[in-house]
Amino acid sequence: MTEQPTLDVRNLRVEFPGRHGTVTALDDVSLTIRPGEILGVVGESGAGKSMTGLAVQRLLEPPGHIAGGEVWLNGRRIDQLPEPQMEKIRGREIGAIFQDPLTSLNPLFSVGRQLVETIRLHSDLSKPAARARAVDLLAEVGIPAPAERVDHFPHQFSGGMRQRVVIALALAARPRLVIADEPTTALDVSIQAQITALLRKLCKDHGTAVMLVTHDMGVIAETADRVAVMYAGRLVEIGPVAEVVARPSHPYTRGLMGSIPTLGARVPRLAQIDGAMPRLDAIPTGCAFNPRCPLVQDRCRRDRPDLRPMGAGLAACWIDPAAAATETAA
Amino acid sequence: MIPHTAPSALTVSAMTRRFDVSAPWLNRVIERKPRLFVRAVDDVSFEVPKGGCLSLVGESGCGKSTVARLVTGLYAPSEGSIAFAPGPDGRPLSVQMIFQDPYASLNPRWRVFDIIAEPLRELKLRETEVEIADRVAELLKTVGLTASDGRKFPHEFSGGQRQRISIARALASEPDFLVCDEPTSALDVSVQAQILNLMRRLQDEMGLTYLFISHDMSVVRHMSDQIAVMYLGRIVEQAPTEVLFAHPRHPYTQLLLETIPNVTAPRRDREPQAGEVPSPLKPPSGCTFHPRCPQSDSRCSAERPEMTTMPDGSRVACHRVEEMMARMA
Repeated sequence: MTEQPTLDVRNLRVEFPGRHGTVTALDDVSLTIRPGEILGVVGESGAGKSMTGLAVQRLLEPPGHIAGGEVWLNGRRIDQLPEPQMEKIRGREIGAIFQDPLTSLNPLFSVGRQLVETIRLHSDLSKPAARARAVDLLAEVGIPAPAERVDHFPHQFSGGMRQRVVIALALAARPRLVIADEPTTALDVSIQAQITALLRKLCKDHGTAVMLVTHDMGVIAETADRVAVMYAGRLVEIGPVAEVVARPSHPYTRGLMGSIPTLGARVPRLAQIDGAMPRLDAIPTGCAFNPRCPLVQDRCRRDRPDLRPMGAGLAACWIDPAAAATETAA
Repeated sequence: MIPHTAPSALTVSAMTRRFDVSAPWLNRVIERKPRLFVRAVDDVSFEVPKGGCLSLVGESGCGKSTVARLVTGLYAPSEGSIAFAPGPDGRPLSVQMIFQDPYASLNPRWRVFDIIAEPLRELKLRETEVEIADRVAELLKTVGLTASDGRKFPHEFSGGQRQRISIARALASEPDFLVCDEPTSALDVSVQAQILNLMRRLQDEMGLTYLFISHDMSVVRHMSDQIAVMYLGRIVEQAPTEVLFAHPRHPYTQLLLETIPNVTAPRRDREPQAGEVPSPLKPPSGCTFHPRCPQSDSRCSAERPEMTTMPDGSRVACHRVEEMMARMA
């Protein structure tokens, strides 16, 4: 691992001070993404997966702020940069793709104008050159007749095509890192497959590092190289996607995988994790998952586990998976 | 699995629903535009066997939620008929609905007790307040909550618990038939599993019949005996669940099954299918799927396919399948 990671997040902590005390939205999150790699970030709503993406881009809604840890982008620390410098990084070095393609485009301007604005902001191309580049970008993301479509307005595109335009915008300055927050959630399944294939292709062609935030384990399994599983603002497991899906180490990941209805064999009853994720202002001491964990021990209620090597990746659990497996079998 | 010979609880025949989406009168006069109708549901027929579960699947805008609203009587059909079988008392089976968004379907100013008690009071199913309180407590326990939860307001519950409350409310009037419109799509997967398990258990215990609406093929597979696939307002294929997954016959069903991301057997090299759902305002001629279909020919764009019934019980509306059957006969 001599190659420098594109994104290196170390022990990131995000806090939201409020009237009733401070809420810790992210707690000790560490992850890296290498060039050309897609890291899937998965978890239930409120687990902190979107928050991780926003914190990296420093787009946290005040009073939320980074309260600890470091964010390194291409070997440069960015979590303490002053805002004007950060503005130059957003768009140029970090591209962002959001969930709803309709709200991330300005309805009053043609997509060409929005692309040209972004391209010229981040380069010194002339207007005609920037327009030519906009057409190239639209062609690259698979929009038919790009020379014509460049003058159309967002409402003239379908949902899938709009998301392609958003991807073209995110790629306009050839960023080294793209943060895609639920890029396919608003789309139908047949369109979803088109968009994930496009993300994979662009990632491979340009060596872009991608952080793919989603709640859909299926999308992760088919798109990402590695996956990070989040629970209550903490990372509970991170590892190669095939391994985590086939042999999850953390009891939460195991429960999550069991509760997904599959297209394979039909089971009379789905495995379910009882209860719900704790609110961020009422995270239990020790392991955040302990009230719902089938393997809970005294230590889990007392001490918080750190990520440690387990299986092919890392997991934050006190219980050894091998021992747990024999226990379940017995 | 419910055998096909089970008496049907609901029979829908040749049901069509049009919506008027014309521009305002003045614009029509000035711009000389004709009136414009969209056929949200177009000539749909199906039966739901008693105690069974029929699922409608399809992408957004295919008309599946409109069917749910037609069946529950929230819309009237423009053409065709909807008939519920008579219950033991001779009156048609009663129907209730569970909605998609548990954040929008519960009144935030009412206590949970009142939300669940309303059908009991309105339909005069219980005489005294004591009886009502007992029944509400019983319903809350049935869906996995406690009687004391009745004193709380909806905002005090998580999404999954709210969906349990709306199930309790739907069960309060002792319905025979439940229409579930995407009941789990607003929920996280681990909570979705809890709700699906609860719905299966209630079906076994109370002999409920479900019409289940979803866009998620894996959820549908888990819940249903029969699946009907909709595309642009029409049913293109209907088959028993296992038959549909083993032998999807309509090219659209094949495309749907092809494109679902699969956790257990991920296919990272998949070739994405081109094309998108056309606007229901201007549906393509003939078979509405023909512009996206890899097997289409001139007949598909000219002539609308009729339903062909296969020996294994599936019904398919596709010229290719029909031709294959004709060759075999």
